[in-house]
Amino acid sequence: MKKENIILEAKDISVRFRMYDRGLKKYQLEVIKNLNITLHEGEILAVVGASGSGKSVLAHGILGILPSNAELGGEILFEHQPLTKKLRKEKVGSEIIMIPQSVTYLDPLMKTGKQVQGIKGTKQQQEQAFERYGLKKSVSDMYPFQLSGGMARRALISTAVISNAKLILADEPTPGLSEEIALETMKHFRELADSGCSILMITHDIEIALKAADTIAVFYDGQTIDTCTSEQFRQGKDALHHPYTKALWSALPQNGFCVPENFLRKEYSE
Amino acid sequence: MWKTIFLNAVKMLFLLLAVSFITFMLVELSPIDAVSAYIGENSATDAQREQIAEYWGLNQPPLTRYLKWISNLLHGDMGTSMIYRQPVIKVISEHFKLSFWLMLFSWILSGILGLLLGVTASVYRESVIDKIIKIYCLALESSPAFWIGMILLLIFSVRLQIFPMGLASPVGTAVTDATLGERVQHMILPVTALSLTGISKITLQTREKMNQVLESDYALFARTRGETIWQFVFRHGLRNILLPFITLQFGALSELFGGSVLAETVFTYPGLGNTTVQSALKGDIPLFLGIAVFSALFVFIGNLTANILYAVADPRIREGERNS
Repeated sequence: MKKENIILEAKDISVRFRMYDRGLKKYQLEVIKNLNITLHEGEILAVVGASGSGKSVLAHGILGILPSNAELGGEILFEHQPLTKKLRKEKVGSEIIMIPQSVTYLDPLMKTGKQVQGIKGTKQQQEQAFERYGLKKSVSDMYPFQLSGGMARRALISTAVISNAKLILADEPTPGLSEEIALETMKHFRELADSGCSILMITHDIEIALKAADTIAVFYDGQTIDTCTSEQFRQGKDALHHPYTKALWSALPQNGFCVPENFLRKEYSE
Repeated sequence: MWKTIFLNAVKMLFLLLAVSFITFMLVELSPIDAVSAYIGENSATDAQREQIAEYWGLNQPPLTRYLKWISNLLHGDMGTSMIYRQPVIKVISEHFKLSFWLMLFSWILSGILGLLLGVTASVYRESVIDKIIKIYCLALESSPAFWIGMILLLIFSVRLQIFPMGLASPVGTAVTDATLGERVQHMILPVTALSLTGISKITLQTREKMNQVLESDYALFARTRGETIWQFVFRHGLRNILLPFITLQFGALSELFGGSVLAETVFTYPGLGNTTVQSALKGDIPLFLGIAVFSALFVFIGNLTANILYAVADPRIREGERNS
């Protein structure tokens, strides 16, 4: 891991949604308040948090695909340059790539191979990517509904390999997968990172994330309350500092499945 | 595949039986007396009336007449039209030929324009373009075809005198003798009236479907892979709205048939729609029944074609059938 080269820096990110209450009364829903992350070249950063806490919104914010009623605040730097609309247009889809969470992100009526190629890839690149991930040639002629969970996952990862991605955003890459396939996915992520990609993995599954991630950012109540290395996490409770992170550690099955009484209280967030 | 076709054929048979029976009974129950309608304004004695009734078989009970008609139908004889004094099949085929072009052109026109407008409105959702298209559609959707026909006549025939008032050929010329240009000129207004109303439904539905597709997960993913909205529409959007579009477009055949009755009446276009009205008003039961069965067949074939096209358009149906 080359710590010196920062690929992505997000400072004080906030995302608000303009919502309408009863009687056309407007109000703002703040999903992300104060989020700070730094991602280095070749690093896998896992943003870990409860389901429905707005983690996906972070990925969508970076990619610039938030719905029109959302407002993105703060500063995002990609390779030290502010990620403006213009820069996004240039980088998203080539250097910044999303790996979606499920097969519903593929057009149900287009053959997988052609779809993995996208508008930028070639057939040759796609075949190489399929070979790399152990997908048979016949898979490219299959429609998404004919793929098994594992095949779909590998096909989705293939989309990232085809472009020369520097930054990969993986949104919940493991739910619905068997442990075997989930671990295989992590192995693929590790390989990608070792070849120089930076991966931002958004997940609620700490155990799986720990298998591949270098750094864990704990996301709670719209902010990153703690960032620690996965090494610290593996060492145990004493190596961790923040009480919420400690609580998360204790809640893992192998650490006693223990949920502290005040787990759901807000007091963890400063 | 063959099983599907066989099942559909059986379905069609029952449908035609039901349609013919219901129509027959409706005509039977209607106040139209076939004999009086046949005599028209001429006067006739009771004896003459009886003779006429006997000649046409109108003195027999309805069920006997219906069964006889069905058995003749199975032998390919649909009877003789009372007002045209010609075999029903011949009357239908002659008039349908005229209606066919009318319906075909407005069907294609409303399909293409509806698709174009719907997709455009969806791509520029909530913009001025979208709003204009929506207002246009809602206005037309709420105005009947015959009313639009009359407006068109007022503007283009009465005021501007660009297009003829009606008929399928110039006055005093048989349709078969009219030149292609003359026939096209006579067709433009009815086709416009028919397609104008057809467009709005297709546009609104296409817009809605495309909106759904554009909000889908795969649209989001395609965007993150650098596809622009139009690239997405051509690569993924169109194929995903194709299925509902086929349903809609072929389903519109029945409305087209109904619409053509009104439009042809307004434009005095001597097609099948006009003939339908004539046969009903004058109590020409054989012709009326023939047209009812024919239109049911027409609409059924339309829907059947849509069913077959689904399999062509959607791999999920196609591959599913192959696997079963």
